[in-house]
Amino acid sequence: MGDMMNKVTKSVLAAAAVATAFGGFAAPAFAQRDPAYAAARADGEIGEKMDGYLGIVGAETPALRKIVNDINIKRRAVYSDRAKANNATLEEYALTAGCQAILATKPGEKYQAPNGSWETRGAGAPQRDPRCP
Amino acid sequence: MNHAKLTGRMAAAMLVTVALGGCITVNAPEKPIVIELNVNIRQEVIYRLAEDAGNTIEDNADIF
Repeated sequence: MGDMMNKVTKSVLAAAAVATAFGGFAAPAFAQRDPAYAAARADGEIGEKMDGYLGIVGAETPALRKIVNDINIKRRAVYSDRAKANNATLEEYALTAGCQAILATKPGEKYQAPNGSWETRGAGAPQRDPRCP
Repeated sequence: MNHAKLTGRMAAAMLVTVALGGCITVNAPEKPIVIELNVNIRQEVIYRLAEDAGNTIEDNADIF
């Protein structure tokens, strides 16, 4: 009986360990945008720039600046890691991510066109750098 | 004597013309080639990184 309990305890612990491990890997994929960022993005106050970073579209406020800076610092760290893994420069990787991030904008969201102006994403394809895939 | 001087001047003038002409024909094709090469390299890099960048955006949905 004691041996049986020991086995049960062991399998429970193993299951917990597996769940923790998978949870650790899966968490980033399911992580959602911070509500303040999601709202500012939907309202067109924050847009996707060509260089792979976020920008403030209209009048700058301390709250918007904080959201944009916090995310851009995190993006830069991710770009830096992935650029190294792909034998590319930070700028090359960031520009490529910018191509993809602008393509991924939803209708109504803001993005920066090749001429530098802020555009509202419509139903069709966004205006992107001719080098974008 | 005078004739020799004139011939010398003409030769010098021709040399200058050839030299200038040579400079122009060498420089003109060089520039566009360099620019095209840079554009090609950049676009190649972007195409190479595109899939990885797309995955990065999906894997970090909270900051994109």
